[in-house]
This record gives sequence, C-alpha cells and structure tokens, in this order.
Amino acid sequence: MAAQHGEHTATQLRLHGRGGQGTVTAAELLAVAAFEDGLYAQAFPSFGSERMGAPVEAYCRIGSSPIRTREPVARPDVVIVQDPTLLGQVNLFGGLASTGFVIVNASCPVQELELDGLSELVPLTHIVSVPATRIALKHIGRPTPNSALLGALSALTGLISTAGVIHALEHRFAPAVAHANARAVMEAFDVVVAERGEAISAAAN
Amino acid sequence: MLQQIEGSRAVAEAVALCRPNVVCAYPISPQTHIIEAIGAMVKAGELDAEFVNVDSEMAAMSVLIGASAVGARAYTATASQGLLYMMEAVYNVAGLGLPAVMTLANRALGAPINIWNDHSDAMSVRDAGWVQLFAETNQEAIDLHILAFSLAEELSVPVMVCVDGFILTHAIERVDVPEQAQVDRLLAPFEPRHVLDPSDPVSIGAMVGPDAFTEVRYLASIKLLRALEVLPPLAQRHSDELGRSVPSLVSPYRLDDADVVVVAMGSVLGTIKDVIDEMRDGGHAIGALGVSCFRPFPKEQIRDALATATRVVVVEKAFSLGYGGILATDIALAVAGRGIPIHTVIAGLGGRPVWAASLRTCFDSALDATLSETTFLDLNEEVVAREIGRMAATRRSGPSAENVLRDLAERSRA
Amino acid sequence: MSAERVPVRFYQVGSFAVGNRLVSADRRNAQSDPQRANSLTSGHRACAGCGEALGARYALDAATRVTNGQLVAVNATGCLEVFSTPYPETSWQLPWLHSLFANSPSVATGVAAGLRSLGKSEVRVIAQGGDGGTADIGMGALSGMFERNDDVLYICYDNEAYMNTGVQRSSATPGAARTATTDVVGEHPGNVFGTGKFVPAIAMAHEIPYVATASVADLFDLETKVERAMSMRGARYLHILVPCPLGWGSASSDTIRLSRLAEETGLFPVFEAENGELTGSRTIRHRVPVEDYLRLQRRFSHLFTRDGAVKDEATVARIQAIADRNIRRYRLSEDDS
Repeated sequence: MAAQHGEHTATQLRLHGRGGQGTVTAAELLAVAAFEDGLYAQAFPSFGSERMGAPVEAYCRIGSSPIRTREPVARPDVVIVQDPTLLGQVNLFGGLASTGFVIVNASCPVQELELDGLSELVPLTHIVSVPATRIALKHIGRPTPNSALLGALSALTGLISTAGVIHALEHRFAPAVAHANARAVMEAFDVVVAERGEAISAAAN
Repeated sequence: MLQQIEGSRAVAEAVALCRPNVVCAYPISPQTHIIEAIGAMVKAGELDAEFVNVDSEMAAMSVLIGASAVGARAYTATASQGLLYMMEAVYNVAGLGLPAVMTLANRALGAPINIWNDHSDAMSVRDAGWVQLFAETNQEAIDLHILAFSLAEELSVPVMVCVDGFILTHAIERVDVPEQAQVDRLLAPFEPRHVLDPSDPVSIGAMVGPDAFTEVRYLASIKLLRALEVLPPLAQRHSDELGRSVPSLVSPYRLDDADVVVVAMGSVLGTIKDVIDEMRDGGHAIGALGVSCFRPFPKEQIRDALATATRVVVVEKAFSLGYGGILATDIALAVAGRGIPIHTVIAGLGGRPVWAASLRTCFDSALDATLSETTFLDLNEEVVAREIGRMAATRRSGPSAENVLRDLAERSRA
Repeated sequence: MSAERVPVRFYQVGSFAVGNRLVSADRRNAQSDPQRANSLTSGHRACAGCGEALGARYALDAATRVTNGQLVAVNATGCLEVFSTPYPETSWQLPWLHSLFANSPSVATGVAAGLRSLGKSEVRVIAQGGDGGTADIGMGALSGMFERNDDVLYICYDNEAYMNTGVQRSSATPGAARTATTDVVGEHPGNVFGTGKFVPAIAMAHEIPYVATASVADLFDLETKVERAMSMRGARYLHILVPCPLGWGSASSDTIRLSRLAEETGLFPVFEAENGELTGSRTIRHRVPVEDYLRLQRRFSHLFTRDGAVKDEATVARIQAIADRNIRRYRLSEDDS
C-alpha cells in the first residue's frame, strides 16, 4: 500500500537562494535529471512577486512512484543553500530530517560556516560546502552555481546521476552552454567526493 | 511522448495540438507562460494560427466571439481579475452559443489583491453557461484541453479548463504529450452550428424580449446539461486513443465501503489521496471523490458515488461570503434527503498551503463525528480575534488587510 | 462700364439630390440604384427622420457594392442594434453580429483574424457603433484595434448622446446641449464646455491608414469615403454625424438640413486623413452662423427666446468660437482650398 504512491518513498529537497540566482532553474533541472534517470519527480517554486535578491525557495520531490501531494516541502531530506549570505538570515534548515543532507555553496570549509547548530541535527559527513560559484565562473563564465550544486548533490547522495543532470542541461541549453555547465557538474562532483572522503575518515578517527 | 516539463508548457503543447485558428490573450499571472509558449510556437512556424496581442481581457474574449462566429477555432487563457474584467463577454459567448476554449489558471479574486491559487475565480462564473472542468494533475490538464475543444464544438458551448495557478501551472512534472496524429483522430476540423457567411447571411445577437427569453434560456440550459450525457462516452473515446484514463464527470478514489468520503476539485486531490492512503493503512473506511466536471453539475453521478457514504467532507478553495461553502452546497443538494452530514472545509485560500497533516486532523475529526459544520483550515484565530477587537474598540480601526499584515509582521519579529 | 470682375459662385443643387440626373449613370451613387443592396432594409423600428438609419444604410450599401457583398458587420449595442433587430425579425441582409456595448472593435478584430486564419481574407469586416459605444465604453477596445492596425473599418454614428437609453450625455455631447443628465437649469445650462472627445482626432493620433468624417447630407462624399476606406487594408475609421430628431428635439424632416448646417457652420468639420496627416477637407462654400443650426434643435432652446432670437449671447459666442477653431484647424475655409 505504502509503495503505491510517492509520499513515503519520495526524497524531498528544498533549495534556498536569492531571486535571480537560478534557484528555480536548479529545482527544474533536478526534476528533469531524475526523469532522465527513470524516476518520478515534481519541482515547483515557492511563489511570490520576489524581485532580484530577495530570498526564494524551491522544492523538489524525487521517487520511484508517481508523486501526488502538492504541499511545500516542510520536512526536507536534503537542503541546498545556493547563497551563503542566507545563513543566519533565513530559516534554512527547518524540518530537516535527522538523516538529512546539506549542501552549501561556499568557498570556505563547512567548519567555518555559520551553521547554527546544524551539526547536532545531522551527521557531519552529511554536510558539504562546495565553491559552486567559483566553479561556475571557471567553466561557464557566469556566477550561476546551480549546475555545480547538482553535481555536488549527485556525489553526496547518489539521488541522481551526473549523466541525468547532463541530459537535463542538454535539453535546456544550447550545446556550448550545456557542455560548459556539464564541466561544472563534474568538477563539483569530484570536489564533494574528495571532501566527503576526508570527512568520512575524519569521523572514523 | 513522456516529458518532464512545466504545467504551462504542457497546456500550451496540448492547445497547439488542437490546431486553433485564433489565439489571443492578455497577460496575467499565472497564465503568462502558457501564452508565451504558444506565441513562441506560432513565431517558430510550429503552429499556424493568428496570434492577437489584445489590449485587455475583455478584448481577448471578444476576439474569441468574433473568430468563433466566422467558424474559426479560438482559444484564450486568463485568471482571477482578468476573468472578472471579461465577465460580460464570458456570459455573452455562452448566451450566443459559440464554442470557445479557455484555460482558467485558478487564482484568488481580490480585493485584497493576491496572485496565488484558489477557486474563487472559477466560482464567480459558475452560472454563466460554460462547461467547467477541473484538472487534478498536469496530465489531466493536457487531456482535458483536448477534450474541451471536442466537447465545445460538439455542443456549441464554451468550455473552460481550470488548472490551479502556480501549483499546477508552474510545477514541473512528468506528462505524456500526445502525438499530433492522435489528436487529429480525436478532433475533427471545426464545423460550426451557425456561422457568419456572406453567401448565407444571418443576424446573430438580437434582443430577446419577455415573450421568448425564458424559452431561449431554458434551451441554453438543456444544451449545457447535454454535456453530462456526451462527456462520459467522449472521455472514453479519448481514453481509448490516448491509452490512459481521461477524466469525465467524477473520479472516485477508494470509495468502496467508505464511510467518510472527502470531496474536492483540482490539485488538492493529490494531497488528499496521500492522506486517504495513510488512513486506510490505519484501517479507516475513508475514500475520496474528485469532481472533474463542476458545471454542468453531475448531480446523479455524485449521488451514486456517495451511495454508501455516511458522512461527507467537502474540501474547497473558495466560499460564498456571508453564506458558506459553494461546492459543499451543491454536494448537499446532490445527496438531499439521505440525512448525511456534510462538512465544509475551506482550505488553500489565496495560495495558503494545504498541509496533509491539517487535512488528517480534519478527517480524523470527521471519523469521530467531532468535525464542525464549517472549518477554515489553519485559520489563525488569534490574529482574527485581535482585529475584531480593534474594530470594536474604535471607529477608525483602519483597513483590515493592512492591520492583519502588520500584526503578523510584528509577531514574527517579536 | 466697369471692367471689375466679381466672383460668381455656383451652387449645384443637383449634387444634393439622390437621383443625380445630372450625372452619368456610372457615376451615380449607390442609393440611386433600384438594385441597391439595402443592407439595412425597410421594416426596422427607427424613429421617423433617424439620421443613423440613413447613415448605416448609405455606408453599408456603399461597402456592399464595392466588396461584391463579401462583408461581415459587427454592431455595438445601441439604437442601431436595437431598432434593426426586434426579435424575431432582423432588417440586416448581410452577416451581422451583435455582442456587447464595449467590445465591437475587439469582436471585429476577432472576425478579421478568424477569416484570415481560414484563408478568407477577401471577406471584409465593418464594425459599427454609436458615439457612446465608440468614444466612452468602447474607447479602450477601439484604441487597441487601431494600434494593432487590425483590418477593420470602424464606423461611428454620432448623434452626440446615449439615445437608446433616453438621451444621456456622452463624451460626444457638445457644450450647452441639453440631455437627461445635463440639465438646462443653473448658471450654465446644458452640457459643460471644456469636456468631451473628438474621436476622429484620436484616430488620427493613432496614425492609422485612413480617418474620415462625413454626414448624411453629402451622400456622394459619404459613399466615396466608404469606398476609399474599403480600398485599403488595416485599421480605418469613419465618423458620421447623424442627427437624432428625438434626442436633439428637431423636426424629423430636418435631419438632412441639420447635417448640412452642421457642416456649413463649421461645427462638424468634414475631412480626410491618412497615417495621421490631414489629406483633404470639405470646403465650406456658404458659411452659416451657428445660431441658424442651433435654433432648429430644442436641446439648445434655452439659448433662444421664444421667437428664436439669441438670448444667451455668451454661450452662443462660445459655440461660434468652436466652429471658428474647427474651420481653422481642419482648413475648411475657401482660403485654404
């Protein structure tokens, strides 16, 4: 019975950013990536008449069966923070599951981030920071961290494959732009794998 | 073809597949993506249609009237305030017996101005003589638009497809977009029942006086009621062609042996079904009934579907001020004489999230027979009480909307 | 004997006569033809002497002739719509659609788009309404149709008030005119000055392909303008002055006389414009003081004594000033020709 619908089996993600940074696009790419991987997905923004720079949220659910619910994501399994200036400003981690994952777009290590006791909520190995904006500027030439963050998500959780993300990028963007984004995806993926490897061995010691 | 796309895009694709001759619209949130997508298709040569950038919603519906009157298949989309602005024309097109299809991206009516979803806009035109279909998912949104053109032209009646604004229009989900060949098999070229043709001139739109008005209106209602007969076999035909169930009048969910039945329309049914499943897992005899065709009202089908229910909870996204639930009142009429308690739960007004947990609480109360007759889901009673107090204390208490907003802001800062 | 030359002016009465026996058959107007279309045929319920019934028949017959009947008409709510289609009868012999009061320009846009989409662009579209439906409630729709340059000829029949509903003031009602909503009592009787719209000027401001004014007194001129309009594509506007005996308080036999006087005083300028530029004006050959026009209408009776002498000189002077301004602005004087 429980497996007939998506609610109990679906992974719930919440993405936080500021208007104009591509947070909604990130959720959309995520949903398409999951689709490419043969999964069901639902993505939608928290709507408003936000102007550039105002905090925005977008939601995504990914699962192996159809997703019916329409509630916003109040109990995320994954929180992605596209803009580190939101830390301490907005309630980013409300409802986060104790087994949840957090990805923060930041160029400093996790320990230096103002995470408000987050490490008491979830294991340290579940939190990564990735310099997504820097990676984006390097490969794409624009400060749009969303594709890099999806690469990080893939590495951290395995929820979606990098191939899925890249297919999603190819659907959305012209070939040159898609390939540039794909390079950002792969670099972020590698960064997180490395960071996680360190974190796991640090936790083990 | 399976795609993961935004609801607006899905609707645009469905409309384009129906080969409209004239498309026009005036921009309003949250319908803009639909019209922009169609406009892009016309510009790219993918859709051969006249695309008219009109100056108002009144103009949009009027363009539809003119186009339909000369035998062109015509389409527009609007929401909320835009629907009110074209209200005269909405009644006019139905009264003139012209087929037209419109997407209503459901959005709350102001004042106060609100761009988010609820069903107050659809409710405001329920007596206008249009067929009103409600989509639960973006797949249904696609399938219902194709059905809408079919039905409109068959009956010579305008049809609106209600698609929850933002919740569906801006959600990216998996849909199966039909092939052109499939839609062409379902939708023949438009053959009007009456048309402006210089070779056989007619006058359309005469004044009708007391001696004939009643009969003309009675006939219009008969025509609308025919949709109740025509829609099920038509939906079946569409289902057969598309290989999936296209909704017609009502959509039952786990109704067998259900004591309590939850009735609702639109996307909220998705959340409701999750709650139903959870409660069924707990052994409760509860089910749901989706109303897909709201007008004409499928009274008999609803009565039959609720045959074994002992209690009904109507969850609706609108209400009649100073009166109560709108859908609930219609449902009560459908089951009149059976003595079943009907509960109204007014939820999701102005885009407020409808939480599964809150619905669960209501449904549990229904099972316990402790649910009130009317519930405003997640109402902030303290804020309301404070404003009532303000109004009682002084004559110049200020505008309520602004007071409530300030109250909430102050509380959240504290 | 003096050799001084005196200018002689000829007024050809024949040009005012519908039959035009002085003109060769191929140059006679549509109304003189026994085989005329009668797009608006007899049996309608208009008042005796209704200028609008005349104007509509003239205009649509001319349009029908020049399009070989490939024509669809859209009508706004108003006198014309009401008196022409008393259910269950219609006096229209062409395809005709009435929707609402405010939307005839938009409906016509839809008809034109629909016809084009069906490959039937040879069928032409005319929208028509009164001054209320055109200048007031329909102004937004009209402006939209103009700015899109939709392929519609819009004809406004201007009787200077909401006549169908009982003679209420519209934005086309002239200063000092009495209507049911501009009383003839008070310091300044009748409609106030300094308000109102002149829609032909608004149409010119949109720079549409063709704008013209005409009256039922000059049949040749009116038909020529309709035909010229129908020879073009895009948004076109024709504004026809149509006296209303009931609303103006004039004799039903004075309709054509009043139309002519309106022209000859300069109060109703007759001209043509293309793409926002004045291209021609109908010269006033025989200038008439405004009181000769006003005196024949009870809506202006408060300006006169019972024997017809001017009582309110100040107001009449204001009206005269408007006429003078029109003559200057639209180059109606012989000196401009």
